[in-house]
Parts: sequence; structure tokens; C-alpha cells
Amino acid sequence: MDISVIVSDALRSGIGPIAAVYALAAMGLNLHFGYTGLLNFGQVGFMLVGGYGLAVTVATWGGPLWLGILAGLASAVVLALLLGLPTLRLRADYLAITTIAAGETLRLFYRSSWAEPVTGGVFGLQRFANEFYALSPIPRGTYGVWLVRFSARDLWVLTVGWTLVAVTGVLLALLVRSPWGRVVRAIREDETAARSLGKNVYACKMQSLVIGGVIGAAAGMLQAIQVQSVNPDSFDPAVTFFLYTLLVLGGAGRILGPVVGSVLFWFVLTFLDSALRQAIDAGYVSPELISTSEVGAVRFALVGLALILLVTFRPQGILGSRKEMLLSGR
Amino acid sequence: MRCQRVFTAALALGLVMLPAVTARARGEDAPRGPVGPAFGGRALQALVDGIQFGVIIAITAVGLSLVFGTIHLINFAHGEFVTVGATFAFFLNASPAGPGWHLIPAAVAAVALGALLGAAVDRGVWRPLRARGTGLINLFIVTIGLSLLLRHIVLVLYGTRPGSYAQYDIQSAIGLGPVGITPRDLTVTVLAVLVLLGVAVLLQRTRTGTAVRAVSANRDLAEASGIDVRRVVLFVWMLGGGLAALGGVFFGLVETVTWDMGFKLLLMMFAGIILGGLGSAYGAMAGSLVIGVVAQMSTLWFPVDLQYAWALLVLIVVLLVRPQGILGRAERVG
Amino acid sequence: MAADQASSGRTPGTAAGPGGTAATGRLAGVAPEPGVRKPDPLLVMDQVTRSFGGITAVRVGHLEVQRGTITALIGPNGAGKTTLFNVVSGFDRAAGGRWWFDGHPLTGRPAHRVARRGLVRTFQLTRTLARLTVLENLKLAATGQRGERLLPALLPPLWRGQERQIEERADEMLERFRLGPLRDDHAGTLSGGQRKLLELARALMARPVMVLLDEPVAGVNPALTQSLLGHITELRDEGLTVCFVEHDMDVVMGISDWVAVMADGRLVAEGPPHTIGRNPAVVDAYLGRRHDEPEATEEE
Repeated sequence: MDISVIVSDALRSGIGPIAAVYALAAMGLNLHFGYTGLLNFGQVGFMLVGGYGLAVTVATWGGPLWLGILAGLASAVVLALLLGLPTLRLRADYLAITTIAAGETLRLFYRSSWAEPVTGGVFGLQRFANEFYALSPIPRGTYGVWLVRFSARDLWVLTVGWTLVAVTGVLLALLVRSPWGRVVRAIREDETAARSLGKNVYACKMQSLVIGGVIGAAAGMLQAIQVQSVNPDSFDPAVTFFLYTLLVLGGAGRILGPVVGSVLFWFVLTFLDSALRQAIDAGYVSPELISTSEVGAVRFALVGLALILLVTFRPQGILGSRKEMLLSGR
Repeated sequence: MRCQRVFTAALALGLVMLPAVTARARGEDAPRGPVGPAFGGRALQALVDGIQFGVIIAITAVGLSLVFGTIHLINFAHGEFVTVGATFAFFLNASPAGPGWHLIPAAVAAVALGALLGAAVDRGVWRPLRARGTGLINLFIVTIGLSLLLRHIVLVLYGTRPGSYAQYDIQSAIGLGPVGITPRDLTVTVLAVLVLLGVAVLLQRTRTGTAVRAVSANRDLAEASGIDVRRVVLFVWMLGGGLAALGGVFFGLVETVTWDMGFKLLLMMFAGIILGGLGSAYGAMAGSLVIGVVAQMSTLWFPVDLQYAWALLVLIVVLLVRPQGILGRAERVG
Repeated sequence: MAADQASSGRTPGTAAGPGGTAATGRLAGVAPEPGVRKPDPLLVMDQVTRSFGGITAVRVGHLEVQRGTITALIGPNGAGKTTLFNVVSGFDRAAGGRWWFDGHPLTGRPAHRVARRGLVRTFQLTRTLARLTVLENLKLAATGQRGERLLPALLPPLWRGQERQIEERADEMLERFRLGPLRDDHAGTLSGGQRKLLELARALMARPVMVLLDEPVAGVNPALTQSLLGHITELRDEGLTVCFVEHDMDVVMGISDWVAVMADGRLVAEGPPHTIGRNPAVVDAYLGRRHDEPEATEEE
């Protein structure tokens, strides 16, 4: 077993493009869940329409990249309206059910043979982000310090990704610290009280759902760009559950919660993954027990377990305050 | 308000229709139209298939709805109860590593395991967390974690290959006029209907059933009138777990056993439960039946792989028109 | 229990009400009968009905609330008082009927619009915003905030000035209700009585014309009850119209200028506090005897 390989894998993953993608998607979810109290269990649906909006515009219809980005963002707005209009007047449970069902249905829908001429069906779409990589100012080669090395391509994606995370973070911080943010947090605490004080709760929840959804779509696009492909099965409902895990880990209702959560989440997950694979290869773990092909499933199961334990024992996460968490009687 | 509702419905329809329209515009094959010599026969066949699908959804959904009715928790891991039941029966019945039991005892054992799993979740997760003061919203997230955990444990143990039970696998259909149904499917449907009737009798005629209904209607009042609410909740979890496992075996029998079958069924259960009214057991039964029929009938006009999309569309339309469902009631605020 | 309250209410009822203000004076000539017209009504309800699953919870023929007075709404449990509040304040849908506030029709208006018109309510079980500070609770309630709109929210210079004014007003309010020391505490840490105070202060931050208080002193200790009642009469003297639901007859007799009595969803009696205890319809309502409704024969 080579510890340096494991640490290198884990570090690369923790600061790499994938962590940026998840941090961004979780920031949208944080606005929904952490600040507004909206139980969105289908954030992956927003990522999906974002990624596909871009991919379909460029790969299927031959449009330019900027149009694809607009299409992806617009799809997220439409999806948010579609989910929000019927459910935001109802109790939180209805939104939870509708979003989880919508996320999965969209995936089934985009992979159906019926949609194949546009979405590529189960095969998805590829090679639509050349324009993005052409913009890269970074010369070919690999860059890095110590154990961490990135190709010029990955470096470009992760620079753009983390910049996007930073900009989104600043905008969200401005928003939640404004009177608008106060209304939104009041809705999280008790929407009836907010309504009794003349706040248009429905409109604010809708705004929050749309903004968080658009951020999710941006994350979906970043993911699509990073691998130069979209595939319906990479938008599994489990992605949303990952987002919840890292959001609770970092601290919901904290601007930096999703960022800290994502970095740590991917570091730990990749560390375990890499260590497990090496242990199996080296014969420390019998392939009878767990084969290399099952490592992925074990990883998902561990995330599920981690989510249960986190919510049970540290619901405020790393950055949150336990005292505050106990005040919410929900 | 009104125009918003119409707008949303139109939006939903548009989203679902978009690829079809573009597909046609590109000269692809149009989906099968409603015209054709045997349309009436196909419609009747789809109706029968739909009822069969609907009663299976109903069996699994009743427990989910009862749990919601008594403790207001939406158990997102309920689908995994279905999967665990189906795969455990598969292990006992058809797996080379298993004991090779006949399907009937295997199914009974699976139901027992489902009930046990329900009890374990009540005792091991729900009750201690409530005692710790964990909020309901956080409990929703816990059930999501539980779903992820259980599903992937099943994946490791069972694998990704779809399986079929050793008995009643391939049968030829009995023709009843234009409709054909295999003896297996007919038996499953009849059994499922009987089970649903049994649940109804249980709820309506027995002491335990009355207690369940009392707790659903008003927990505090039930507690004050001497009902042991904790026992009722435990019973509901066990009943829900057992029924889910049975539904899993039935679904595995008429379709196939897969590691993610429960999660797929969960969507249909949600649609059925919302259609029938969140928290109402009979609503869940009626709603699931409608959803099953809608899903199967949609295949007359649209491809099979979009069945579930139609169930979701029904869900959204119901939320717009009558959010409390067919049998639900609006509540008082303040 | 209800009977006790009714009989205990009868004793102080013979003493004169608080009277003395101009508004109370104008009620002097108004006949003490249900549905009576008032000289200067602020809130007018007409034929308001609400039913739950076949049971009619509210069926109020006509009720007016005089501007500048404290009006108590009393009645036994399940009489429909809170439901009437919910309907009028937009938190519940009426089955029928119409209502006006300050001359504007409010029928079917959503809750936030009702509040923006100047009719602000509180709740039986306090609804403080637990994870917001006491100060934030108050600042939230200020109306017409520019920074509550999405785009201006991103540009602090657009709303900072207004925010400062709101904070000053909130601090005055904290001072007035003696909540100053709790300014930066989370509202979730407050005691029950403090929450009642905060909720009243918060309602006032919205600059209401009238407040609907749903059991403002329920579960509050006697000392704080006196302080709350003092605040309420003071507000009336400053021109605010108050309508409140209450069970405690001493409280009702002590501060109200006018009392309306509901039973079985209907308005059964109205009048100055000292006449109410003697009203046979009220005694019937509290003793649970069946009474024949003389006036409420409305049809739908």
C-alpha cells in the first residue's frame, strides 16, 4: 500500500473540479434548506437541466457556448417555477416529495428512447465544451506542488469552478445579510409569523427556490464541462443525498458551510475509496468480502451512514452553533 | 391564482411534450397513435395491467401513508423495505447460495423480515432520535441517509443483475376475450386485493386498528384516552414494513427483482399517496390504483419508459387542483 | 370552568368600565344588541361563515368594531373566536361573507395583504422567530423595506439608511416594552411572558391601525399580565384600535370598552362590559344551555 498515492488522490479530489461542482450545488441547496427552510430533495434535477441545457444547445443544435449557458440557466428557472407554483403554498413535506420525484422523473425522461434524438438517450451527449477549453490561458503541461498535480485542463476547470464558488458566495452573503435575507430566515423559522407581518412568503420562497435552482444548474454545467459529457445516470438521486451530507457536514445556514463540507467530503470519500482499493489489491481485504467493483457501492452506503450519524450527533456541522440548532424546534 | 394554475399545468405538459415534438420535427417515428384495429382490446389490456400494478403499489403505499398519518414522518427509506423484502425472498428461493425454499415460505419469511426491519427502524432510529429532540425536518434527512445505506447494502449483497424467482416464472396467458393474463398475475392481483381488504378490516374492525385511526386523527386526544401511542406506532411500522416486503415479492414476481426497484416504486407510492390525500390509508389505496392505471394506460400513446413521468404529472396536477387529495381534509391554522 | 368565569365576570361587571376616552364616549349611545351598527366602525364583518367538514365553525351575521376602542371577543371554547380571527386576517378561507377594513374590502385577501393594510394579528401560541435575535424579530416587522426586494437587497447603499431608521425605532420599542437587555439574544431563549411582549412589540413595529390579539395574556404570570394590559390600554389611548380574544373575565371587564360574545360560531351578544354579565344569552352560552338564535337567520 502506498500512502502517498492515497493522500495524493484525496487531496486532488478535495480541491479538484468535482469538489467545486458539489460546493456550488450545495450552495444553492443551502439557500433552500439552510436559509429558507425549503426541503428540496431534488437538487440534482436542477443540475441535470443545467447540464443538459448546455449540452443540447451546443451538441444537438450546434449553438454557441454562451447560448447553451443561458439555456441551462433558463431551464432551471422553468423547473423551479414548475415545482414551486403548486407546492410552495403547501406544507414542507409536499415540496420534498415533489422535488425527489421530479429529479428522478427528469432523469428517466431524459434517458428515454423518446427523448433520444435530442438528449442522446442512455448514451448522453459528448464534446460540447471545446469553446470553453479554447478560452483557457493556461499553457499545456502539468502543474502542482508536493503530492498534488493537475493537468492544464483540470487546472482551468477548477480555477473557473472555485472562482464561481467565490463569486456565488459573495452574492449569497450579501443576500442573506440584507432585509431580504431576514425575511427568508423568518420564513425558515415560522412562515405563519412572517405572513402575519405583511411579508409575501410565497413570493420570497419562490425567489429562493429559483436562485438556489439556478446555482444548482450552474454546478450541473460545470460538471458537464469538466467531463465534456452529460449522461442521465450521472444525475442519480443519490447526488442530492451527497449534497445534503456535505451541507450538514459543513454547516447548513452558513455561507462557507457548503465549501468546507465539499472539500472535506471529497477528501474523506476519496481517501477511503483509494485506501480500500489498495487494500483489496494488496490482499489485506479479501475480494470474497468486497471486490473492487463493489467499492463504489460501499462508498455510497458509508455516505448514508455518515449522513445518519451527522444529523444525529452533530446536526450543526463544523461551522454551525449547537445552541442555535437546539432552538429550532422543528 | 387561477391563471397561475393553468400556467403551471401547461408548463408541465410542455416540458414533457418538448422532446416528442422535436423528435417528430426531425422525422423520427411518431409514437403509436390511438388509432388501430385493436385499440379497444389494447386499452382493456392496459387497464387490467394497470389495476394489477396499482394494487401492488397500494400494498406498499399503505404502510408509508400510515406511518405519515401517525407520526408525520415521510419515510424516504420505505422503498428500501420493498427491495429488502424482494431480495431476501430471492435469496431464500432462487439464489445459488440460498437454501432454495419454495417461494411461498420464502415470501412469508420476507414479510417477517420486513416487519422486523420496520420495528428496528422504530426502535433504533425514530424513537431514540425523537428522544434526543431531533426535529422532524432533520428526521426526513435521516431517512434519506437510511435509504442510501440500505439500498447500497442490498447492492453489495445482491448485485446489479435483475433476477426472477424460481417458481411461476414463465407461464402462458389465459385469454379472456381481448385480455390476456397469466395465472400468476391473476393470483397476485387477487391476493393483493385480499390483503388490502384485510388491512381495511383490520383498521375498521379490530381494537388495534381503531387505535391506529385514533392516533392518526388526534395523537394527543388518543394518548389522553389511554391509548398506548408508542405501541401503536411500533405496530404501524411493523405493518408498513411487512406490507412493503410483500409488495416487493409481488412486484418481483410480476416484473423482476432489482436492487433499486424499491426506490422506483417509491415515486409511484408518493404519487398515489398525494393523490389520495397525505396520511389517509384508504386514500393511499385509491390513489395508488389510479396511478397504476394511469402509468399503464399511458403506454397506449407514449413509450413505456415514460410511464413514471405521467405519474409525476398526475401528482403536480393534483397539487394544483386539490392539494389535500381525493380523501384528505384541509387543516386549520393558528 | 366556563361557568365559573361567567359568574366571576358578573361581579366586577356591575362596576363601571374603564371609560373616559373620547372613543368610549361615542359608544355610549349604542344599543347593547348583537350586530348593532357603530358610529365609526373600523372593521366591519357581514355574514362571515366558515365550516370544517360539515360542521359550521363560524356564522357571524354582522359585527362592527368601533375605531379607537378596545373590543373583547369572548365565548366558550370552540365558539369560533380564533377561526373568525383567522378568516378576517386572511389565514383561513371563509365559506361565505364579506368584510371591510377602514372602508376597503378585505374579503379573501391573503394574510400579508391584510397586514399591509394595517390590520396586524398575534397568535394564541406565540410565534417568535427562534433563531432570529429579538432585535431582528422587531426589524423584520417594519413595513415598506426597500431591502426586501431581491435586486436592491444586493446593493446595501440602497437600504442602509432606512435600515438605520428601523433600528432606531426598534430600539425605542425595546425600551418601551423593557426588552432592551435581551436585544441581541435569540428569541428562542425568551420566557413565555417575554415572548408575548415581543410579539406585541413586533406587531406594533408594522405600524398597524388595528391589532387582533389572540389571548394576549394566556399563560402569563399576574405581574406581567398587568404590565401587558397597561401597554394595551396605553396603545388604545394613543389611537390604536384593539380587538382581543380572552377567557379571563377579570381581564375582559378590566380593560375593554366593548364586549362581543360568540357561542357555537354565532354572535350572541354585544355591549359595554357591565351589561354583558347580566345578558341571559351570555349566561346560556357559558352554561351550555341551548338557546334559540333570534337574529341569525341568514341563508346562503
